[in-house]
Amino acid sequence: MEAVKMKTEETKNKAKLKITGAEAIIHCLLAEGVDTLYGYPGGAIMPVYDELYKFQDKLHHVLTRHEQGATHAAQGYARVSGRVGVAMATSGPGATNLVTGLADAMIDSTPMVCITGQVTRSLLGSDAFQETDIIGISTPVTKWNYQITRAEEIPEIMAKAFYIAKSGRPGPVLVDITKNAQFDEFEFSYEKCTAVRSYTPVPKPDIKAIEAAADLINQAKKPMIVWGQGVILGQAEEELKALVEKAGIPAAWTIMGASAIDTDHPLNVGMVGMHGNYGPNILTNECDLLIAIGMRFDDRVTGNLETYAKQAKVIHFEIDKAEVNKNVYADVAVLGNSKETLGLMLPLIKENSHEEWHNEFKKRYAIEYGEVIEKDIYPTKEGLTMGEVIKEINNAANNEAVLVTDVGQHQMIGCRYAKFKKSKSNITSGGLGTMGFALPAAIGAKMGAMDREVVAVIGDGGYQMTIQELGVIYQLNLPVKIVVLNNDHLGMVRQWQELFFDRRYASTVMTNPDFVKIAEGYHIEAKRVSKREDLEAAVQEMIASDKPYFLEVKVEKEDNVFPMIPTGASVSDIRLK
Amino acid sequence: MKKQWFTISVYSENNVGLLNRISGIFLKRHINIESLNVSKSEIDGVSKFTIVVHTTEKWVRNIVGQVEKQIEVIKAFYHTDDETIYQESALFKIASNLLFDERQIQNIIKENNSQIVTVAREFFVIAKSGRRNEIDEMHEQLKPFGIMQFVRSGRISVTKSEMQISALLEEFYEEA
Repeated sequence: MEAVKMKTEETKNKAKLKITGAEAIIHCLLAEGVDTLYGYPGGAIMPVYDELYKFQDKLHHVLTRHEQGATHAAQGYARVSGRVGVAMATSGPGATNLVTGLADAMIDSTPMVCITGQVTRSLLGSDAFQETDIIGISTPVTKWNYQITRAEEIPEIMAKAFYIAKSGRPGPVLVDITKNAQFDEFEFSYEKCTAVRSYTPVPKPDIKAIEAAADLINQAKKPMIVWGQGVILGQAEEELKALVEKAGIPAAWTIMGASAIDTDHPLNVGMVGMHGNYGPNILTNECDLLIAIGMRFDDRVTGNLETYAKQAKVIHFEIDKAEVNKNVYADVAVLGNSKETLGLMLPLIKENSHEEWHNEFKKRYAIEYGEVIEKDIYPTKEGLTMGEVIKEINNAANNEAVLVTDVGQHQMIGCRYAKFKKSKSNITSGGLGTMGFALPAAIGAKMGAMDREVVAVIGDGGYQMTIQELGVIYQLNLPVKIVVLNNDHLGMVRQWQELFFDRRYASTVMTNPDFVKIAEGYHIEAKRVSKREDLEAAVQEMIASDKPYFLEVKVEKEDNVFPMIPTGASVSDIRLK
Repeated sequence: MKKQWFTISVYSENNVGLLNRISGIFLKRHINIESLNVSKSEIDGVSKFTIVVHTTEKWVRNIVGQVEKQIEVIKAFYHTDDETIYQESALFKIASNLLFDERQIQNIIKENNSQIVTVAREFFVIAKSGRRNEIDEMHEQLKPFGIMQFVRSGRISVTKSEMQISALLEEFYEEA
């Protein structure tokens, strides 16, 4: 039945042989080009692990210390490499521990395939040991999921899983496989999936819409681009840059879009959103044309929708039809892959420069620099700031590092001040805001880009949510650089308490352990810095190291992140202090 | 934007778990499903969900977008009542003696264009198809006599405009 609804592409290996379902899963992974996966064994997935043991020269399975870590590592791997991340877990608690990572990958459109073991088919619904309805549980947080109960289903479903995870707007897919299906033997052959009849991953570009968009751009006096991760996922970085340069349009980015264009590009005017830059936020409400590319108008980007860009015409380049007119009405919607649609539009765009308009951004930047940025990255007060640590990382790594951040103040500061030269350099939990994301994601990011410097910048709160993954870094001797910005608080929540809850610091003060000793317990070289004069050398030593390295920086305890658009306020009401 | 009645029609593959996936979309937005019907459609192997909601057009558009995005959904539409021909069915189970003792019941059956589908020693069953208000009216008329059991189906509907699902599917196979 499935076969008639899918288009498939036969792989070279046509020889049919009888193998177990468990071995078939390995062959499916290999056929999809998987060489690395993250997971944790257990009863219901043991047959697959037994096969992983036999295929360890071809498939590198990384044992994370918690299944959540496996998902975030797979996400980090996917985000930095553009490939599908793979995570594996057993049934019951193993499967439920994947949920946070699935939700994170869902909202941040990360291609990931999760494979879970399940109790044997005859026990389904009997409340067997470690049985849980992971299909029911994971439905709202997966792009697609499926329970395999017969070995014969494995090749088709695995092919479909990989196709769905990576095509169109990417997302996580979960395949649950009962134990009997892992043990049973069948004649294996594999065909890659190339289409599913009920699924249109990429809408066909509409030339009329593209022409309408080009007209609006050519006529605009004060156009502004806001791009998102869609540019990175669609590999449209060159097309975006060409549009920005040809039409001379100031371009800002969402947190997920960071690094698609050089930070230092003259027309890159910074980040939009709650803690974004002053200029692009304020000027969103002054532009006459807002060109949204591969972004979804998240509430952290728009603030109050009633007062968001009401004066502007809006063009929305988007792959996911359901995002168009969801939050912000688009005068022109250009559906499709942004690489293709921008590419088709470029010849229609007239060369232009909007110098006066661009100057408005520069003026706002000068204000922000004086009020906020200078104090953040060249502080004169005694306590260390998060901003100066990011600046030192930029310098030591020559702006070439992959920055992996967790969630909170350090994340906002990291994304504000990190300098990027290369796309896919900013790995963070944007939509879900998952504390504990960074350390495991950095493991995946490093393994997905071994030639790149990977620096995880984490707060003291989030670090302790997945701190056990230090075990993976030690076991693999993986040269990940870990920077914990320790303010002994849950800093962002504390900031909100200070500003909006009358300084009632409910459960945001942390008595922390000796992080250096913990890292040393995992045999990771570790250092602590608490004085400005030691910072530069310590960061340089860390970056120069070819081994895993941990650096704790004791930063000012009660610093706030500014600018800030308070929840529910307009982008025009962005506060500098 | 004011709330009104919408009928959502979803053409999909017939797969386990899809109902859960679709109902979750309503759940996440705190929108109540007023009526739900799942059946086969005019196309072999394609299922049709007919879902009735009372909400604003903004929300119904959002929901239909999210429903259509599901991998196994072929196409989803929404229509107002004016744009569809729709019906519900109901069954009334009533004690058999009333059929003879209360002559008025026979008139109610006739006037409401309903049928007696079975008569047993203890009870008889009336079937009524029509719009919800018609069924409600008949329910009100029968209530004083005592109704042993009552059940009403979800709305089923066809649209006045075409829903070109076959063409969509043909396109898929032509490209193959």
